[in-house]
Amino acid sequence: MTSGDHPGETATVSSPPSRGVVALAARRVTKRFPGVVANDEVDFELRAGEVHTLLGENGAGKSTLAALLCGLYQPDDGHIERGGQPVRLRSPREGLARGIGMVHQHFRLVERFTVAENVVLGDPAQPALLRRADIEARVAEIGERFGLPVDPRARVSSLTVGQRQRVEIVKVLYRGAEVLLLDEPTAVLTPQEAEALFTTVRAMTAEGKAVVFISHKLGEVMAVSDRVTVMRGGRVTGEVATAATSARELAELMVGRPIEAEVRRGSAAGGEGDGTEAGPALEAAGVRLVQGGQTVLDGIDLAVFPGEVVGVAGVAGNGQRELAAVLAGITAPTSGRVQVAGTDVTGGGARAARGAGLAFVPEDRLGTGLVPGLSLTDNMLLTRRREFLVNRRAARREMATAIESFEIKTPGTEAAARVLSGGNAQKVLLARELAGLGTGAGPRAIIVASPTRGLDIGAAEMVRGLLHDAREQGGAVLIISEDLDEVRSLADRMVVLYRGRVALEGPTDELTLEEIGLAMAGIQPEGAVAPG
Amino acid sequence: MNDGAFVALLAASVVAGVPIALAALGELLAERSGVLNLGVEGMMLIGAVVAFQVGNSSGSLWLSLVVGALAGGALALVHAVLTVTLRASQIVSGLSLTIFGTGLATFVGKSIEGLPLATDFRAVAWGPLADLPVVGPVLFEQDPIVYATVVLAVAITWYLRRTRAGLSLRSVGESPATADSMGIAVARLRYLHVVIGGVLAGAAGAYLVLGQVPSWSQDGTTSGLGWIALALVVFASWEPMRVLLGAFLFGFSRQLNFYLQAKGVDVPAELLSMLPYLLTIAVLVVWGSRDLRRRVGAPAALGLPYVRDER
Repeated sequence: MTSGDHPGETATVSSPPSRGVVALAARRVTKRFPGVVANDEVDFELRAGEVHTLLGENGAGKSTLAALLCGLYQPDDGHIERGGQPVRLRSPREGLARGIGMVHQHFRLVERFTVAENVVLGDPAQPALLRRADIEARVAEIGERFGLPVDPRARVSSLTVGQRQRVEIVKVLYRGAEVLLLDEPTAVLTPQEAEALFTTVRAMTAEGKAVVFISHKLGEVMAVSDRVTVMRGGRVTGEVATAATSARELAELMVGRPIEAEVRRGSAAGGEGDGTEAGPALEAAGVRLVQGGQTVLDGIDLAVFPGEVVGVAGVAGNGQRELAAVLAGITAPTSGRVQVAGTDVTGGGARAARGAGLAFVPEDRLGTGLVPGLSLTDNMLLTRRREFLVNRRAARREMATAIESFEIKTPGTEAAARVLSGGNAQKVLLARELAGLGTGAGPRAIIVASPTRGLDIGAAEMVRGLLHDAREQGGAVLIISEDLDEVRSLADRMVVLYRGRVALEGPTDELTLEEIGLAMAGIQPEGAVAPG
Repeated sequence: MNDGAFVALLAASVVAGVPIALAALGELLAERSGVLNLGVEGMMLIGAVVAFQVGNSSGSLWLSLVVGALAGGALALVHAVLTVTLRASQIVSGLSLTIFGTGLATFVGKSIEGLPLATDFRAVAWGPLADLPVVGPVLFEQDPIVYATVVLAVAITWYLRRTRAGLSLRSVGESPATADSMGIAVARLRYLHVVIGGVLAGAAGAYLVLGQVPSWSQDGTTSGLGWIALALVVFASWEPMRVLLGAFLFGFSRQLNFYLQAKGVDVPAELLSMLPYLLTIAVLVVWGSRDLRRRVGAPAALGLPYVRDER
């Protein structure tokens, strides 16, 4: 073993020498970006051996703080302390040299390299001539010690998302990190993988390492952390011990006001009964899609009836994006049919699908959904029935009404879409796509990809409300999302995709989290045979 | 089969393969860093004409080789500035490099067109080994550049596979964003390898006049060898040893023509001169398909300028 390269690695399990000592701290740090103060005199303290969660909505400043702590950014005011000493970290590399390692939400891995190659990439402690066997042995040893099983010789391209995350963690542990910052680590994991990650986190703290856990999911925050620092609008609004608080209290610290219960879905469907008789508003039958020689959708059957919300869940990259494109008419399926309100729109393009009564809110809001360079009014006009002359005045009036009723924050109807924040862009999109719903002229079926991703709690609440209303008005809503919590809170019925197939389907209330997790991981329940 | 003409053919094939191998190894380094340089033909021409001029006035073989190589490197530096710093299209920049290099070489070479060069690389016999039948003349009686080329291919393989620097280089060609976040200087590595690629292309051009045909002619000196080198990198799946092998195969196919002529079989020379461009078309077919590109093992970020996304 070559553990001699990294003296910090030798701490023994039985007696962590430095537990309780402040390992890393931010002292009144301020970070300004043009137009915003991302961190405003923020204080933060992380002790050895603890899991300390940074909790906050998007834009609350938690990622900025993490970037300051790991050396990605430098504070404008205040300073960072490591082990009680003020330090200046000019790059993540300098951070790592002081034992601070960040695991990003978006993995930084070279797909064609092996695990071992990725682990030592850019490591200044490596000799000029790499000793492959030593590296592989040490990667395996770290994996074993912290419950991160990875094959050092496997190519990253062959690994699942969960395994890739393990590689990222091994990468910083290999370099002797004593402090780990995990940025929204569970966002891409199945519930079982998340549970395994928590075990790893506990193994690390048991050795005296300190972990900063960045999250906005209250449930897991309560489960994994010792202390929580809550941020809002660039400031710290509270620091509490997990044992002495509740999810509700944390949520209110996050938002700054009491919040209403999240789950809006009820069993009393709006257009109950009569909808089913009318036939599905959106239907896919035997949809197969082959792209670049690979089968990305493999015989998908799916029906969404008026007055119901169906949610499609799954780990990223199991065909969700392709399914949305096929249903919206953007991609023609290799075989199979797509029907909107009883009309066959297969291969007719987005225009045919929309003509038959389909509305689509894509994942990529500014780009696929809205044209960033066009004004809000012009974006509104894009999906209107095409006449030779456009009616700008009516569109402007419509937009003005939407701005008011949806509380869209914008300089005005003629502002370019690109200046909108994610939440406001989503509201504009929904205003456009849902217009006329329930009047007969509006959409019959609505596909929404990642409806609340990147939205703050307030905007997410409103979007959930809008989707709920759409369902009450007899709309058929299909939600496609990688966020399991989101799907579970919104959908009446759930479909789990695994490798382009429907792995599990059923009413949300009747599916257990365990069943869903296993289906997401492609594991069949006991006794069943995996599809070949 | 053991007639002298055939042995001479094999020996000449090795010599003919050397410039292709040198240029292709250089291009391989540039492409492994993620930069495609279609200017190989132009850099070879500049290397050849500069080497001839230096050789003609100084009479020093090694000086000619070095200056010719540096001339190729200087041209590659232009490509690096355009594509790495200014993020111009690698295809457009590379093509203009070839056109520019061809024009400049014609201009510089006007006064020496058709002149013979007094000095050239001589084969060195390895004592008794050179007297072995067939293998002697083919393997043990070549000039120093032939051996240097083989050593270079082995060294590049080793560099890519075993060294920390090679790992960094490969990561830059595969995923510059990852490399950057791991503290690797993406732009510096790209500059370095594009320029080394140019130096090798320049050396390949220089060898054409110093080691093969000791005269300069605008049409005849490279005659599309740069394009063959480009194609070879793709066919060799970006592996140095395969590049070397392929280069000798191409060398053989070029020399075969003369051999067949001597035997009385008449193959139109035009067919052979079409070869580089046919290969280039084949490469563009591969290039056009993302899927095919991945399957033949192209560096994932090849051809893409790297822009760090600032928050």
